[in-house]
Amino acid sequence: MTSSTTRIVNVGADLLADALDAQAAEVTRVDWRPPMTGTEADLVAVAADPRRPAANADALARVLAVTATLVDVAPASELLGLEPGQFLHAGPPITWDRASGPLRGALMGGAALEGLVEDPEDAVPLFEAGTSVSLEPCHHRSAVGPMAGVVTPSMWLWVLEDPESGRRTYCSLNEGLGKVLRYGAYSPDVLTRLRWLGDVLGPLLQAAVRTVRDQQGPVDVTGILTQMLQMGDEAHNRNRAGTLMLLRDLSPAMVTSGYDAADVAEALRFVGGNDHFFLNLAMPACKLALDAARGIPGSTMVVAMARNGTDFGIQTAGTGDEWFTGPAQLADGLFLGDYGPEDANPDIGDSAITETAGIGGFAMATAPAIVRFVGGSVPDALATTRRMHEITLGENPRWSVPVLEFQGTPTGIDVTKVCRTGILPQINTGMAGRVAGVGQVGAGLVTPPAEIFPKALARLAELTR
Amino acid sequence: MSQTHVELRRGAYADSVTLLQVSRTVQGVEGVTAAQVAMATALNVEVLTGMGFAVPPEATANDMVVAVRLSDEGSLDAALAGVDRALTESTRRAPGPSEEAPPRTTAAALRRTGGDAVVLVSVPGPSAFVEAVDAVEAGCDVMVFSDNVPVEQEVRLKEAAAAQGLLVMGPDCGTAVVGGLGLGFANVVQPGPVGIVAASGTGAQQVLALLDHAGVGVTHALGVGGRDLSVEVGGLATREALRRLDADADVERILLVSKPPAPEVAAEITDFAASLGTPVSRALLGEVDLTAATEALLRELDREVPAWPVTGRAEPAPSGSRVRGLFVGGTLASEAALVLGERGDVTDFGDDAYTSGRAHPMIDPTLRLEHLARSAADPDVAVLLLDVVLGHGAEPDPAALLAPALASAGKPAVVTVVGSAADPQGLDGQVRALADAGAEVHLSNAGAARRALELLS
Repeated sequence: MTSSTTRIVNVGADLLADALDAQAAEVTRVDWRPPMTGTEADLVAVAADPRRPAANADALARVLAVTATLVDVAPASELLGLEPGQFLHAGPPITWDRASGPLRGALMGGAALEGLVEDPEDAVPLFEAGTSVSLEPCHHRSAVGPMAGVVTPSMWLWVLEDPESGRRTYCSLNEGLGKVLRYGAYSPDVLTRLRWLGDVLGPLLQAAVRTVRDQQGPVDVTGILTQMLQMGDEAHNRNRAGTLMLLRDLSPAMVTSGYDAADVAEALRFVGGNDHFFLNLAMPACKLALDAARGIPGSTMVVAMARNGTDFGIQTAGTGDEWFTGPAQLADGLFLGDYGPEDANPDIGDSAITETAGIGGFAMATAPAIVRFVGGSVPDALATTRRMHEITLGENPRWSVPVLEFQGTPTGIDVTKVCRTGILPQINTGMAGRVAGVGQVGAGLVTPPAEIFPKALARLAELTR
Repeated sequence: MSQTHVELRRGAYADSVTLLQVSRTVQGVEGVTAAQVAMATALNVEVLTGMGFAVPPEATANDMVVAVRLSDEGSLDAALAGVDRALTESTRRAPGPSEEAPPRTTAAALRRTGGDAVVLVSVPGPSAFVEAVDAVEAGCDVMVFSDNVPVEQEVRLKEAAAAQGLLVMGPDCGTAVVGGLGLGFANVVQPGPVGIVAASGTGAQQVLALLDHAGVGVTHALGVGGRDLSVEVGGLATREALRRLDADADVERILLVSKPPAPEVAAEITDFAASLGTPVSRALLGEVDLTAATEALLRELDREVPAWPVTGRAEPAPSGSRVRGLFVGGTLASEAALVLGERGDVTDFGDDAYTSGRAHPMIDPTLRLEHLARSAADPDVAVLLLDVVLGHGAEPDPAALLAPALASAGKPAVVTVVGSAADPQGLDGQVRALADAGAEVHLSNAGAARRALELLS
């Protein structure tokens, strides 16, 4: 109040900012627009909640404090106590009658993998009856699954641990691209590959991960994410640098594991040839960080975004385990081969956990190599990351973007900021075929359905009263 | 043949000032006889209906209405092209994709400035609290220009600010001068020994203008909003503003300006003021008029009290029995009403009822001009009493539309022009234009109101 060169932030009428310009004041103009329809009263209620600033600061700090380390690889039956007939899937809870084609295809393939049926096609009555099988979101078991995200008892999972708290998260091994179970394909070659993952790759990785863990300390997955973001990966649709760094860390122990040299060679070839292999470590690393912020009353931060191919759901730090859902959208992007928009299923998968944690679409600016693949230009990518800063609580100093002067990635989606600006989180995603059994048809960009943010806001507002 | 065209643009938004400018631009397109582009708030729908436009019933406050009346059908394309052009030109150049887009919330803007700024909020009332909270959370003083903010939100905001030693000016705070910088509607004044705390925007402007004429400068004029001295708010911002001015070595004397305050709050503030090192004088309407309070202040500062200027001369009213006051300044309206008593009818066009979804009358003269024409035709009305407020933020040339309207009104008119010598509109030019139209022009609002009473007899 004593300074003669006061800086002003003007939000509202430009005329008032013009008057300040005329007085040679330094004015920052806010490009304000009305909030999402019907949210004004709820925004006021939440803004007036005295718990919110500290709760959000706490939520963000907890997320940023987590380090994800790779401590084990083991079957889901052992890690999660998953039993035959129990199926995990991506996204919020869903029933077979509402399940989309790719989720159905993956469940059918999973049933065959577990030997519940001989032919995947025979699994349909099993799921229709629903007496001997059950469906449950991966998120409810501290796990995340890409695309359909189907996890069965015999599948091997990565185990990530936060050394501070001992909390753990889980994710399956990545099967590669094209005709794969997570995109809803279940042909014999898909099942053959899954069996190889369980019989050969899983045990081999277990041996290597345990050796590294015990001899040098566990692989720092958060640290690899830091490096790969500087190497052109956004860790959702591009994981090439991350995959190769993981191989660098694990391959000596794989070679000396005592396993058959031909199997080791095949495993190295498989991992090295699958640019998405690291995605299945990035996802549980993000979940591990975000789960640290669950259950903070008054916090408006999003802790999960997930889709089951029918519904898109979010959870927030301040609303417990409640899901706020709306219809999953179709992605906008590029298609493989002859496939077109009519072949694509609505958005599916837990992989939006990467965007929830501030990478993937939020770190688009760091991954110019993929912007065309997901239907954009380099300037669009820079603008996308900058735009996401408008709806987040802070930045991640560990995950920085060189081309944006090493600014940290936008972290901690704030429901109130989404409702105030109408800016929706940008998600990079793959596209599954609409029909069960088809597999991947493309990749592109997608956003959540707008209405789920006002829904979450309304609940947050209710909890303040 | 005359034709009207009304269309709804769902989800389109521009602020009321921008739309006023767009409407004016489109009115200038050939073949257009009337044009109104506005958000479909209840008040605007009423205005549009009054203009003979049929607004679709599904219109909500979030929709933009484009309404034009044409002298011939062939002009429609040109008119709509004019609307689009004006809307496009009204927005700043869209940044290229690799440039940094402007921030979308106050929080985002403050993150960019590093939290070192005073925040000026003028978004629609229902959204003002949320933006102001961003400022307080970032540790910044904030001026809430917006009106229609519920009082419980004001209390919540000011309590949060008080806990951190921050100043919330407003809501409905039209005027502040902070370290010489005018925020909102503010007159250009020299720095000097006076500090003002004002629960009244145009009240502060009247004092600024009178002090300027007397050659006395002002260090800061801190608006606190018209409700700050109510029982509900309890003077939360007034205390903080007094504390700030007391701590400023350049302030020799503080003047507290307000519409009639709640007596118990006034008493508490008086006690608080007495505890400060800097003497605090009061200009509380109901106790004293603003001119008299300014004169007392000048005497306390050992300055000469000048004669307040009057330009032009109105003749006594030939007919009618009442003074009709048409004001853009709320405090000026209150002051006039107190002076006029039962012989006057005063309307404050800056009142919330007239500004929901519309620009303030100091920016948009439309409503007052309409009422001026009605008053001119009213046989009961003997004398017209108006205010014109100059300074940053106000209309660039208020006399341009008002002078011809007064000239054709056919009734004696007394006008207060509140302005300083350095105001961007040019005080002398405005006064002369109004006097040339037959009005008697005063610098003192209380003086003008008394003169209007004289003209009745």
